[in-house]
Amino acid sequence: MSVLVNKKSKIIVQGFTGKEGSFHAEQMIAYNTNVVGGVTPGKGGTKHLDKPVFNTVSDAVSATKADTSIIFVPPRFAADAIMEAADAGIKVIICITEGIPIQDMIKTKAYIADKKCRLIGPNCPGVITPGEAKVGIMPGFVFKKGNIGIVSKSGTLTYEAADQVVKAGMGITTAIGIGGDPIIGTTTKEAVELLMKDKETEGIVIIGEIGGGMEAEAARWIQKMGNKKPVVGFIAGQTAPKGRKMGHAGAIVGGDDDTAEAKMRIMAECGIHVVASPADIGATMARVMAARK
Amino acid sequence: MNLHEYQGKELLKSYGVKIQEGFVATTPEEAYAAAVRLRDERKSGWCVVKAQIHAGGRGKGGGVKLAKSPELAQEVASKIIGMQLITPQTPPTGKLVRKVLVAEDVYAPGPSPHKELYISILTDRATQRNVIIYSTEGGMDIEKVAEETPHLVHKAFVDPLVGLQSYQISQICFNLGLSGLAFKEMSQFITALYKAFIGSDASLFEINPCLKTSQDTVIAVDAKVAIDDNALYRHPDLEAMRDKEEEDPTEVLAAESDLNYVKLDGNVGCMVNGAGLAMATMDVIKLSGGEPANFLDVGGTANAERVEKAFRIILSDPNVKAILINIFGGIVRCDRVAQGVIDAYKNMGTIHVPIIVRLQGTNADIAKKMIDESGLKVRSAILLKEAAEAVADVLK
Repeated sequence: MSVLVNKKSKIIVQGFTGKEGSFHAEQMIAYNTNVVGGVTPGKGGTKHLDKPVFNTVSDAVSATKADTSIIFVPPRFAADAIMEAADAGIKVIICITEGIPIQDMIKTKAYIADKKCRLIGPNCPGVITPGEAKVGIMPGFVFKKGNIGIVSKSGTLTYEAADQVVKAGMGITTAIGIGGDPIIGTTTKEAVELLMKDKETEGIVIIGEIGGGMEAEAARWIQKMGNKKPVVGFIAGQTAPKGRKMGHAGAIVGGDDDTAEAKMRIMAECGIHVVASPADIGATMARVMAARK
Repeated sequence: MNLHEYQGKELLKSYGVKIQEGFVATTPEEAYAAAVRLRDERKSGWCVVKAQIHAGGRGKGGGVKLAKSPELAQEVASKIIGMQLITPQTPPTGKLVRKVLVAEDVYAPGPSPHKELYISILTDRATQRNVIIYSTEGGMDIEKVAEETPHLVHKAFVDPLVGLQSYQISQICFNLGLSGLAFKEMSQFITALYKAFIGSDASLFEINPCLKTSQDTVIAVDAKVAIDDNALYRHPDLEAMRDKEEEDPTEVLAAESDLNYVKLDGNVGCMVNGAGLAMATMDVIKLSGGEPANFLDVGGTANAERVEKAFRIILSDPNVKAILINIFGGIVRCDRVAQGVIDAYKNMGTIHVPIIVRLQGTNADIAKKMIDESGLKVRSAILLKEAAEAVADVLK
């Protein structure tokens, strides 16, 4: 078991022949991810990386029965690409693109609300189920198979967490990079919910950041559901000043509720094992997993 | 990207939002001429001279003054232009005032009492929609109003697919206690304001105060406007309004080198790949007994050229006593990053502060060996924990 992506996922790459799309599609294929083709308008009918290229997502879905898409389209066209994927019947849409205007994302999120799809991102590293499918830009070798799920707003910090979990003797079921933008397709709580329902996932790491209320929402939900699996949490930005955007568009402290301190307090109150230092994620997970047994 | 008040008002006006009219001035003489124009063209004998800086609370710091004649406007402007204005939102040393807005007097008595209102538009993250926040308690700090009298702060959420609806606009006017001409004026004001918000890809509009005048018209007396940086590509006219003098010079330099840098007040600089890991590294510095001097995301390609640029930016801050480089090499190999660090270090001659390089990921072992054998005064680490200990150690 795993969530969102596995070896049966039929994946297409939107922005397939572009620089980013090509590079990462090649890496995904090298990981044995089931990439069935790609989309670049105007290049339909050609081949790229030995896979068919289509003009539209709809053409790609008809020809390949693709159910998953990863988007590398530049920011000004990315919202359109998400809507196109949703409209074509793609079930899991993973948008890597950073820098999509917020008003575009507000509209896009409302547009796809009644479509039967799940959007991950934008501005995220993607999703990986180790040994089965890497639908993202993460270094595959860091993620070894195991029983810990990861939900994270950050890219490199996800790799850091996965590396520590692996070095502490465990492994990963699925790591979900939900993205660092203010408007994202799948919230922390929704991603945690997927992992809570996954039979193979026995523990969860939540990596949050300053800004917004998603970590608190997830924490309250976890407590309400009876803390069924141990959860380790870290919030980046304890030292970030108020009102300054820290790299990610969503990483900005607005008021008293979205500081790292407030989030860490709420998470701890909800029974989550909160670590102050990102260096303690792996060791803490190992400790709480051992205590459970 | 933040706009000055006078730029924000220009933007609003271009969408048909009524504003307190005024002219910008960079010298006392220009302020005098502006006051004369307001007197002649707007029949405003009195005027208000307002410091134009990117910070709120200007009135409290003495940056907003009433002048009862063009001569007095000139005198007031001569005091405000060039002053180091300190407000609750500026750094402790304040901000240099380079220009003032000389604006008409809109508080003249008339048939009905005037009333200061509050209106803002922003994106609500919880509902993932735009929200209009409004209150009858204008002219004050809205956070304080929300805390003390939450029932006086109202919100109208806008459905992104159908936009702002007429009933919502009416509701806003009713909740603000308006009737007659003022009701109609406010309806037009809100309609135009929301159109301006969407049309300019704004991330924040704050009109405080929004004034119902003694003539029952509705105008924006102040305008705090921020534009979504990601959408600036479709607004070259707004991008041209960027005032780099209001931004930290080091941050401007970093942005030109495509480095994501935020200056902070601490003593340990850091250079990291990825925004989340960069924030986490700042936290590690604090937990190790230091204070982060900056946020810096070098991005995916940490080659010698970028590392050198980042070094120079970090070292331009005289408070920096140590530097922690934290790179998780995924697709970028650590040995290449290590070579970048070594080359950059050599290019720069001697760096007088201790440097800790933590490289984890692909070829981390080779990278550590390269750093250790480079002969440079650089400490290496692989685990984040080791890096944290090294920071604590050099700060002793």
